[in-house]
Amino acid sequence: MSIKIKEYAGTPLREEDLKQGKVLSIGYWPKAKYNWSAGVAIGRYLAELKNARIVGRQCDKCGRTVVPPRMFCEWCFRPNDRWVILKDSGVVNTYSISHIAADATRIKKPLIPTVIQIDGTTDAGILHLVGETDPKKVKFGMKVQAVWKRPEERTGAITDIRYFRPIER
Amino acid sequence: MKHVKGKMPVNFLYTAGVAGERFLREIKENAKILGVRCRKCDMVHVPPKIYCERCFERLGEWTELASEGQIETFTMCYFDADGNRLAEPEILAVIRLEGANEGIIHRVRKIRDQQVHVGMEVKAVFREKKDRVGSVLDIAYFEPFAR
Amino acid sequence: MTKFMRRAQETGKELAYEAARMALDSCGLRIEDIESVTMGSAPDAFDGVHMKGEYLIDGAGAWRKPYMRNYVGGGTGVFAPIHGWQHVASGLFDTCLVVCEEKMSSCRPHPQAAFLTIFDNFTERPLGPNLVWIFALEMHRYMHVHKIPKEKIAAVSVKNKKNAMDHPCAQLAQKITVEDVLNSEVLVWPVQRLDISPTSDGAAAVVLASEDVARKITDSPVWIDGVGWNLDTAYWTNRDLYYPQYVENAAKMAYQMAGIKNPRQEIDFAEPYDPFDYKELHHMEGLMLCKKGEAPDLVWEGVTQRDGKLPVCPSGGLLGVGNPIAAAGLMKICELFWQLRREAGKRQIPGDPKTAVAQAWGDLMQVGTVVVMRA
Repeated sequence: MSIKIKEYAGTPLREEDLKQGKVLSIGYWPKAKYNWSAGVAIGRYLAELKNARIVGRQCDKCGRTVVPPRMFCEWCFRPNDRWVILKDSGVVNTYSISHIAADATRIKKPLIPTVIQIDGTTDAGILHLVGETDPKKVKFGMKVQAVWKRPEERTGAITDIRYFRPIER
Repeated sequence: MKHVKGKMPVNFLYTAGVAGERFLREIKENAKILGVRCRKCDMVHVPPKIYCERCFERLGEWTELASEGQIETFTMCYFDADGNRLAEPEILAVIRLEGANEGIIHRVRKIRDQQVHVGMEVKAVFREKKDRVGSVLDIAYFEPFAR
Repeated sequence: MTKFMRRAQETGKELAYEAARMALDSCGLRIEDIESVTMGSAPDAFDGVHMKGEYLIDGAGAWRKPYMRNYVGGGTGVFAPIHGWQHVASGLFDTCLVVCEEKMSSCRPHPQAAFLTIFDNFTERPLGPNLVWIFALEMHRYMHVHKIPKEKIAAVSVKNKKNAMDHPCAQLAQKITVEDVLNSEVLVWPVQRLDISPTSDGAAAVVLASEDVARKITDSPVWIDGVGWNLDTAYWTNRDLYYPQYVENAAKMAYQMAGIKNPRQEIDFAEPYDPFDYKELHHMEGLMLCKKGEAPDLVWEGVTQRDGKLPVCPSGGLLGVGNPIAAAGLMKICELFWQLRREAGKRQIPGDPKTAVAQAWGDLMQVGTVVVMRA
């Protein structure tokens, strides 16, 4: 069957072909803006961050405490049962060292995106940054502690935690 | 309850495509509207495509169409794309050019004291060559036309 | 399939047409013989066309036919043939044309920007994340749990880009070395530039037919013997990223259907999804082709080369051929088809391969889609 295929289609273009108008094109800048709603669980999560607290939700059926919190347990498919105030410390589950920004341009000072497993939970990790350390010194399993903004600076956002820093023994 | 505002930080650049490139270039260079013929379906498609959607055959027989045709349907538009009221209503119509089996959409202007109606004869008014860029707006509008 | 390239002149419709037309011509069917069409295409935001499924209908041969679109992010390319398989296996249709298309070059400044809303607007986006972060975090966890040195992972990129040199549609075929990968620009450690597949434009298509119809068209049809798909939680920070459990679940479903009890012995070659080099290894383990942590040794020792005991990505994969999201997965199905019919030309695996598996993955690293095919 494939013996019948003689040529594969596709006309490659270079960026200059488009910029110089060698090939016709038309642009579109969508004006759509969005207003995203936090919802019940995240609404409370953010409000507690303003109070310098990390909260999770616990399911009695499977026993998990999850963060970021949600009002239902997706494993058991039932509403979960209570809010739990968690410690603001945890352990590095996995980390990386980023040299690029959100728009793929290079940044001078690398960031350390990390999944931090919050103390007192089994599966619950949150995404955040590790700071106040040389990226080369970060280790899997390292203990870290949240560094909060000052009370008057906190707005009820994940950035109310500036970053997590390693706890020295 | 908390909200956050934001957007998706993207814009888009669309190529005209293989068929679109030829169609728009002909309008730009020569003020001519091309269609493409499908012999199997006995139809002329406009805007032209590299394939016939009905019989799925590859098409290559390009043909020049007249710049005149008849209105198949039309509407009067009182608002712009952002919802602001227009000073003068804009007439948009699906126009079947002579020689084609399909209509194209465009503006109709300069109707003066005539009544726009289905079946009305209109013809394309092209911009001057120096103002044409390779766009359907190289046709400024269609206007009524008496044979 | 069409060639895969960074930016194509063809519109999405034209790309879909070229692939669909080629699929019909290669088996001698006419569009009238096609009873249904399924189309797989990833987010509308890439092509920049709202309701992209509907936009692509005429190019996909679906004019006035029953038509459905499917989408699970990167998993779409193997999900679409599963969807097509359902059309035929249910008895509702005798034939189904499966088409996948992507034109990512329309999205500016870079298709990555369209991905940003995959991050939670409250708990993640304020941190300024970049899509590569999540792959870097998964890759690093995998490397840590199994103590894998980067060299072994880099070997996948070397193998696939070299395999792609024999693929006529390849976008990034080239001969590189492990050192080249290790010296390439660090984006988000441990991800470096040569670990990643490109963004691409392209399309692919396959024709599915019921048993009776298939035997009339050809003496050697290739059979879809097993399908499986599975999704994990979108709360990706709540999972242990070292192992793709959802791929294992999908694979179990497909293997059971295909009657495969010992995948390592019974599968002759595999096309797991390889948008990053470490993903090929991650997925090999999820597909149970080897023990957890064993995949890096297999590639390092040459077992997964085309002439090895278990060829993996003989096509050149996404790393070599290109990554137009949905079309990339379907390209792997095309490869299985050509290999099992012994029509893969210079890419042909020696011996007599009879059973193969293709797998795709995507969304927020959460979907596994698996198809088992037999000659």
